[in-house]
Amino acid sequence: MFDLKKYITETQVYKSMFRHGYSTSERDRALSVMTNVFFHLHPVKVRKSGARFGFTWCAGGLSFFVFLTLVVSGILLMFYYRPTVEHAYDDIMALRDHVPFGIMRELHRWGAHAMIITVWLHMFRVFMTGSYKPPREFNWVVGVILLVLTMLLSFTGYLLPWDQLAMWAITVGSNMARATPFLGHEGPGAALLALGDIQLVTSGSDVRFALLGGRFVGAGTLLRFYILHCVAIPTVLVLLISVHFWRIRKDGGISGPL
Amino acid sequence: MNGEQKPEQTPPPAPTPPVAASPAKPAPASAPAQMDRRRFLSWFGLGWVSFAAATGGALSIVLRFLFPNVVFEPPTSFKAGFPDDYEIGKVDERWKEKFGVWMVRVAEGIYALSTICTHLGCTPNWLDTESKFKCPCHGSGFYKTGINFEGPAPRPLERYKISLADDGQILVDKSKKFQQEKGEWNNPESFLTF
Repeated sequence: MFDLKKYITETQVYKSMFRHGYSTSERDRALSVMTNVFFHLHPVKVRKSGARFGFTWCAGGLSFFVFLTLVVSGILLMFYYRPTVEHAYDDIMALRDHVPFGIMRELHRWGAHAMIITVWLHMFRVFMTGSYKPPREFNWVVGVILLVLTMLLSFTGYLLPWDQLAMWAITVGSNMARATPFLGHEGPGAALLALGDIQLVTSGSDVRFALLGGRFVGAGTLLRFYILHCVAIPTVLVLLISVHFWRIRKDGGISGPL
Repeated sequence: MNGEQKPEQTPPPAPTPPVAASPAKPAPASAPAQMDRRRFLSWFGLGWVSFAAATGGALSIVLRFLFPNVVFEPPTSFKAGFPDDYEIGKVDERWKEKFGVWMVRVAEGIYALSTICTHLGCTPNWLDTESKFKCPCHGSGFYKTGINFEGPAPRPLERYKISLADDGQILVDKSKKFQQEKGEWNNPESFLTF
């Protein structure tokens, strides 16, 4: 009888992609992880205790899964949303009213909330299981940066609907940047940075200005936050997620119970 | 199944051929013409310094790029019309939208109040019937003078520099502000007397 499986697995196309057998032996199982560009970040083996739901709550994996959902729904939203004062709010309304699957925006919005929750849960779990201890202390630091980036993504995304809530939330939030030491014009030490009578850090040259693209929340802010939200922060986030996953493997796989 | 995969598993041992690396060894010894340690280090240092300079230069360009030379924002000083345009005892909201300033005319003169709440920077509303400024964000309240009396605002609203221009119009300069808690409201520039 014609053996379809044998026929497929012996073609040059198949063999060029898969260089080892399907998980039948220990070696094949290890190779299927190590020779895959995506899986090779993952530990080759996972401790039985580490795979227990009660140990990890799957919080890290859920965070990543929610992040992937946000990437996909976010890219879809980008097809309709224009980050200009003229169009932003109407486009958000159109996403709800005229675009098929109006739930897409809700998916993105609630996904953002979910990611904040899962990331915090993950951090809580790592703390409570002592998984931040050597040799994993570097990965803990990477994780803390990832937490901050996650919240920055929420912060920048919050402005994009361009409604009253967004405007004032970002006005209030960015006012904190005024008080940045040395870099904000009302922050400690900023007055020391002066050439004679000329102040170097003013409302037109401080970190808040760089963030807002102006002295108050306006058209420039909308565009800057859009770029930060859709390009800059996700790029850094993906890079650090890669490091984060790879370090789990390098630090000896998922931690064991204390 | 195992049998089919066997032939593919054999290749890994193959790329461990007998050592062909030996011919590479003599090459570095003979190739560079008299690069002594001192010369190497100076070139090495020069290389790193130029690399650092180029990187620093590129980063400072990126940083400077974020600060445009022209910002399309309303000017910080503006002419607010003639003193007679304002009714005594009223809080005038005509410049609130464009410049973020309330003009408050009292019997002795007029002052320019900032519309920025001193709590977190929202814009309060003037409630004429209750004769107070009330911030919608967190409920801070201010008297007509700008003094805070309720809610989380920690200090009074700021006043801007106000004077009479040569043509008799009121000139408001937002680049200079006066804070009551610093005693700056005693400054004559913060209040225009008629």
